[in-house]
Amino acid sequence: MTEIRFSGFGGQGIIRCALIGGKALSIYGGKFATMNQSFGPEARGSACSSQLIVSDERVLYPYITRPEILVSMSQEAYEKYQAELKDDGILITDEDLVDPKIKRENIKHYSIPATRFAEELGNRIIANLVMMGFFTAITKITTPDTMKKALPGLVPDRFIELNKKAFDKGYEYGQKALDEGKS
Amino acid sequence: MTKKQPIKNPVEKILRMDRIPHIWCSGCGIGTVVTSFAEALRKENADLDNIAVVSGIGCTGRVAGYTKLDSFHTTHGRAVPFATGLKLANPKTKVVVFSGDGDISGIGGNHLIHAARRNMDMMVICVNNFNYAMTGGQVAATTPLDANASTAPFGNFEYPFNLPYLVEAAGGTYVARWTALHLRRVTKSIQEALNRRGFSFIEVITPCVTLYARRNRLGDGLNLLKYYYDKSEIQHNADTKDLNISYQGKLIVGKFVDKEKPTFLDAMNQHLAKKLGDKYQPYGEEKND
Amino acid sequence: MKVKKSKADPKGVLTGAHFLDGDYALAEGALAAGCRFFGGYPITPSTETAERFSARIPTVGGVFIQMEDELGSIASLIGASWGGLKAMTVTSGPGFSLMQENIGLACMMETPLVIANVQRGGPSTGLPTLTGQQDMMQARWGSHGDYRIIALSPDSPQECFNLTIEAFNLSETYRVPVFVMTDECVGHMHEKVVIPPAEEIEVVERKWYTGPKDKYLPYKSDKDGIPFMVKTGDGYRFHTTGLTHDERGYPVIDAQCQKVNVQHLIDKIENNEDKIIQFEEDQTDDAEVVVLSYGITSRVAVKAVQKARKAGIKTGTIRLITVWPFPEKKIEKIAKKAKAIVVPEINAGQVFYEVDRCSRNKCSVVHVPHLGGWVHDPDDIFKAIKEAAK
Ligand SMILES: Cc1ncc(C[n+]2csc(CCOP(=O)(O)OP(=O)(O)O)c2C)c(N)n1
Ligand code: SF4
Ligand SMILES: [Mg+2]
Repeated sequence: MTEIRFSGFGGQGIIRCALIGGKALSIYGGKFATMNQSFGPEARGSACSSQLIVSDERVLYPYITRPEILVSMSQEAYEKYQAELKDDGILITDEDLVDPKIKRENIKHYSIPATRFAEELGNRIIANLVMMGFFTAITKITTPDTMKKALPGLVPDRFIELNKKAFDKGYEYGQKALDEGKS
Repeated sequence: MTKKQPIKNPVEKILRMDRIPHIWCSGCGIGTVVTSFAEALRKENADLDNIAVVSGIGCTGRVAGYTKLDSFHTTHGRAVPFATGLKLANPKTKVVVFSGDGDISGIGGNHLIHAARRNMDMMVICVNNFNYAMTGGQVAATTPLDANASTAPFGNFEYPFNLPYLVEAAGGTYVARWTALHLRRVTKSIQEALNRRGFSFIEVITPCVTLYARRNRLGDGLNLLKYYYDKSEIQHNADTKDLNISYQGKLIVGKFVDKEKPTFLDAMNQHLAKKLGDKYQPYGEEKND
Repeated sequence: MKVKKSKADPKGVLTGAHFLDGDYALAEGALAAGCRFFGGYPITPSTETAERFSARIPTVGGVFIQMEDELGSIASLIGASWGGLKAMTVTSGPGFSLMQENIGLACMMETPLVIANVQRGGPSTGLPTLTGQQDMMQARWGSHGDYRIIALSPDSPQECFNLTIEAFNLSETYRVPVFVMTDECVGHMHEKVVIPPAEEIEVVERKWYTGPKDKYLPYKSDKDGIPFMVKTGDGYRFHTTGLTHDERGYPVIDAQCQKVNVQHLIDKIENNEDKIIQFEEDQTDDAEVVVLSYGITSRVAVKAVQKARKAGIKTGTIRLITVWPFPEKKIEKIAKKAKAIVVPEINAGQVFYEVDRCSRNKCSVVHVPHLGGWVHDPDDIFKAIKEAAK
């Protein structure tokens, strides 16, 4: 079982990340996946988070407790959630938006300038897809094709190609990072 | 086969004769309004299988129980939303809400204004007897200032609703007011409402002999009926804001509003067809002829 | 039952595998079941169901109307059902409270309709965005007078879909309001929901009367105990009322008629309990402790049960799918064998009291309360199991 938290600020497509991951894994990836998002006052502020639990068996407890993977696309979200990341967990951040100033020895950290890449591709709104590509490469949670299969219905039809391009950009960058042993 | 009896009273055709005698007090004006309703159906040669009566609770609310039509005696105040569901599920039915002033404008006031706003295709006949009769003559949202009621034993000091004004402002497309003694006028208004589509509201000022009249020492039913009739002044198209009713004062009656506007279902069908094109599944047909 | 069973109308069935939240799955279940009327009023955490229905119904063919309040929603449903459509609404605690009077009317008029309650923490406005299971007794007793309803409790978005279809089938079969008592956690949780092809979905429709017009008695029970229904406009010119009534639907205000009328409302559910009640049980055969739960809590409870088994405590589970009517006989049977029944639920004690009553003092019954806002910590349930096994 893997617990994942995606976090950032409203408008970055944080909820979408978990929806894409959950749909891909449960429908095309042969896994069980349960996705939750923060409702309540927390969801009204600037910090935004979504949770995904992925398992080979049915998910029983519906919320994450200690995530193995934390994706943070804003400083505020990083600071809010970093402490809950499990030992040996993976922290993934947007390089330009998060200063990972709180040092933890026992985690792996990977970062990508996702928002900058998205801007280079023409629209910062697809930063979340760059991030999903990167996330897929780093965590190897499923194949990139499986992830991309989930896009129809979750992003507007006319933007699917652009979203895939963004995903590929992040995926390649992630593979390179792994090859180079960068962490 | 028995020989066809000539119908003595048009009411009998639409009444559940097996439920007569009714519970209304002798001299009560509600029966008079039912007679006008029956007469309107007869004159229009209406398809009685396709007319439904919905009532809430109260003396007037009992009308549903006596009409030999599809008839629904619902809960206090909820006749209008019940009728809304009935109409939308079965658009070919002509839906008539028959209820008291307390039911329609007190506990059910929110539904009244919203059905008017939507121009929901239904006819509301509101028997206004200035009080909550069924429960013993309590003050209502329609009780005139100074009139006495069981919960206003020193006279009413709350401003009453001017129902035609309320309904017009909310969006109703047909608004009339009569007294119960204006039998032919009430009948005609009901006929007009039967032949049109949209939210029609007919207020009928009707004496409650047993409670309101007695408590206010206004004489017996016929006296009061006659009094209302005499005090009334027909002013078609009068500005509805001028239709306040004062205690034993002048009663302006007439047809005040009669205009065309798409009904809820018309608007829904038109709008969604425009937005969704061929994908839209048009719903229902709201014909009444 | 002579009810008509048929295959679902493919127009409403979104066949395929989807990643949906429970609220959306409720709407899809309704559409698959043939629901073509939705009258609702927005309330967190149920609103997504209304949103989904309003987006889907225009291409299916039917009506969505956002009513002025929940009093209006429930009244419109009863009207729509008598107009001939399958009708549904969705709400949460405060709206459920407002609906109670007309839930009684629906029972009295024997009107099929479905209400989903996506429960949140109460009382009052309470926790609009956070979960609870605090309306279970209100579902059972909320309206005044004596009557019986059916309530189901889904534990996942998939079950929100399945049980909404089931709810419609039951309500059409027994002419009774049926509640889908889900909660914020399930309502907002996304999981895979598989919607089968229409021909694999069985839907039930109320028994329509087609006999001679002058012979129709709206409240005369058929052999199966359920009266035939007609809809407005069919030419029967029938009457129905919320007052105590006879077979003709005419009001009769006396104790004798009350006895017949109300007893019928009770009997038509109680006499069919064996057909209505569904539950799931696991390893109860040799269990010393049985954990009884429903809805989201039943998933959390399994975690505790797994831990208990690892610790060597013979533990079994019962998951109620039907909460009302209550599986009284089953509980009594379990109580005779087990040492204890542990009942975790997200409230201060509701279904617990029912379990306690049905156990007839044959075993101890332990409540594990949670006052809402979150699901149980499985460890709290585990501790209760451990304690109960001593
Ligand atoms: C929810 C609810 N509240 C109160 C009542 C009691 N009640 C029955 S009839 C009635 C008043 C009816 O007044 P109106 O609608 O003016 O009808 P009338 O009897 O005057 O014709 C009231 C308050 C009720 N039946 N239901
Ligand atoms: S109490 Fe008044 S309104 Fe009711 S039946 Fe008698 S006279 Fe009519
Ligand atoms: Mg009155």
